[in-house]
Amino acid sequence: MAGIIEVHGLSKTFVTKDADVEALQGIDLSIQAGDIYGIIGMSGAGKSTLVRCLNFLERPTAGTVEIEGRDLSGMSEKELRAKRAEIAMIFQHFNLLMQKNVIDNICFPLLYGGVGKKDGGTRGAMTKKEARKRAEELLEIVGMSEKAKAYPSQLSGGQKQRVAIARALAANPKILLCDEATSALDPQTTQSILQLLKQINREYGITIVIITHEMAVVREICSHVAIIGEGRLVEQGRVTDIFEHPRTKEAKELIVRGQSGESRTLEDRQMDLMKGKCCIRIVFSVNSSFEPVIANMVLRFGQPINILRADTKNVEGIARGEMILSLPDDVKLQEEMKAYLIDRGLAVEEVDGYVV
Amino acid sequence: MWFKEWFASGTAQMMWEGTLDTLFMTLLSTVFGYLLGLPMGIALAVTDRDGIRPNAAVYKVLDVIANIVRSIPFLILLILLMPLTRLLVGKSYGTAATVVPLTVAAAPFIGRMIESSLKEVDHGVVEAAQSMGVSTMNIIVRVLLVEARTSILVGVTIALGTILGYSAMAGIVGGGGLGDIAMRYGYYRYESDIMLAAVILLVVLVQIFQTIGMKMSAKLDRRKR
Repeated sequence: MAGIIEVHGLSKTFVTKDADVEALQGIDLSIQAGDIYGIIGMSGAGKSTLVRCLNFLERPTAGTVEIEGRDLSGMSEKELRAKRAEIAMIFQHFNLLMQKNVIDNICFPLLYGGVGKKDGGTRGAMTKKEARKRAEELLEIVGMSEKAKAYPSQLSGGQKQRVAIARALAANPKILLCDEATSALDPQTTQSILQLLKQINREYGITIVIITHEMAVVREICSHVAIIGEGRLVEQGRVTDIFEHPRTKEAKELIVRGQSGESRTLEDRQMDLMKGKCCIRIVFSVNSSFEPVIANMVLRFGQPINILRADTKNVEGIARGEMILSLPDDVKLQEEMKAYLIDRGLAVEEVDGYVV
Repeated sequence: MWFKEWFASGTAQMMWEGTLDTLFMTLLSTVFGYLLGLPMGIALAVTDRDGIRPNAAVYKVLDVIANIVRSIPFLILLILLMPLTRLLVGKSYGTAATVVPLTVAAAPFIGRMIESSLKEVDHGVVEAAQSMGVSTMNIIVRVLLVEARTSILVGVTIALGTILGYSAMAGIVGGGGLGDIAMRYGYYRYESDIMLAAVILLVVLVQIFQTIGMKMSAKLDRRKR
């Protein structure tokens, strides 16, 4: 089935004085209507460029972007502006008009956006009065009604993002692009914004594309994920599948670290411990947690196992246990242990060596 | 007392007229300066490489014009523009005539200030507007000019002060106003008390412009609590 967003062979090269920078190379994506689709990668991987190609804020150098089966590159400037009104976007730094109050910020796309009558919009005109009424409804949805008259400088980061979300929803978009929308927020606020996005996806059926460098965000709300590394798409699929069986170096790194390269603290020391050892990562699903698997394995082989890390993570609303074990040096024993764990229905993969 | 003498001799009357002349020249030139400089500044900001409608040719032409006009000393410009002034005003001296070279000198200076004010606007806000499908014209009018308004008002204050200073220079060629009075009495006739009074009035005018401008810009700024 063709998705609401279909990307084929998308490449973007930035021409600078010194050299041509290939930000994206041959990206193929298919995003289904109603998905919450995560695009994750380290900083500089090209994910922000990718999301800007989805609404043609950046024109791709090669390849096509189709929204609901219509190729954006074939559109006139005017058609493109009307289309953009259906593809809302929120940002890391909120990007609200600082000189306008909350309600005027939300009215802005209704009065002057691709849907507004003053721009010769395609989806009906809106008077100031109508726009205001709609803006008030939207403030209700994001829980900011009492701040209608406040200016953005008087709001906290989380409140600003709520206003930005209300503004993005104003024109009844079909798609919402989120460019690192929670990266400037603290963990608690991040949670509340993610819940709001989830609610929007559920209640209005808006397809959401989330750009992030935080695995936690993807785990929390995304149904599908694409991993971008150095301008290429390295892995994509359902979040549950990738979390249980990451195939590529980038996927493993993001999952084991829980986030991308920026914070190098505790995880780093764990990584150092793992160097030169045979380490495996196992994931417990619901039914595998009845048997004391590790304890039984130690008893069976009579060899100690070093548990480097153990954690429970919430993946798409289901609790999953995750453990990183360091196995004894004996290669034969290692194989037997892995076979033993796989026999017990656990997802097992080696995590050794990809950190170098 | 000296001020009684001034009133008797008509000096006070002259000072008052000089003040009005200076105000007339300054305000009119500022208005005309913005009529030319505002579109020029907008064009400079919009057509620059990282503007919303990059256009290297347009930017380069405006850039060169702005640099040339701004590098000509005002006094020389005053003389160079005499034929144009005569064409527009009918004579090349006097208060009204000074408005022409003042406007020409002020326009590129104002254009540069508008350009820099608009470039201060956070690119993210412009990007957000683009993502909503807002047209280039509406981005200029509804986003750039609105978001930059306090900075633009500070610019107006600076422009008024600078143009006022230029208008005083026009006194040398019989331009009228306080500068003219200071020149004629202070420099040519050694009546330094009149010169001093004219200078004080100029200082007071600049002070008033500055205070009003800053108050207005602070009042319009919604970025602070």
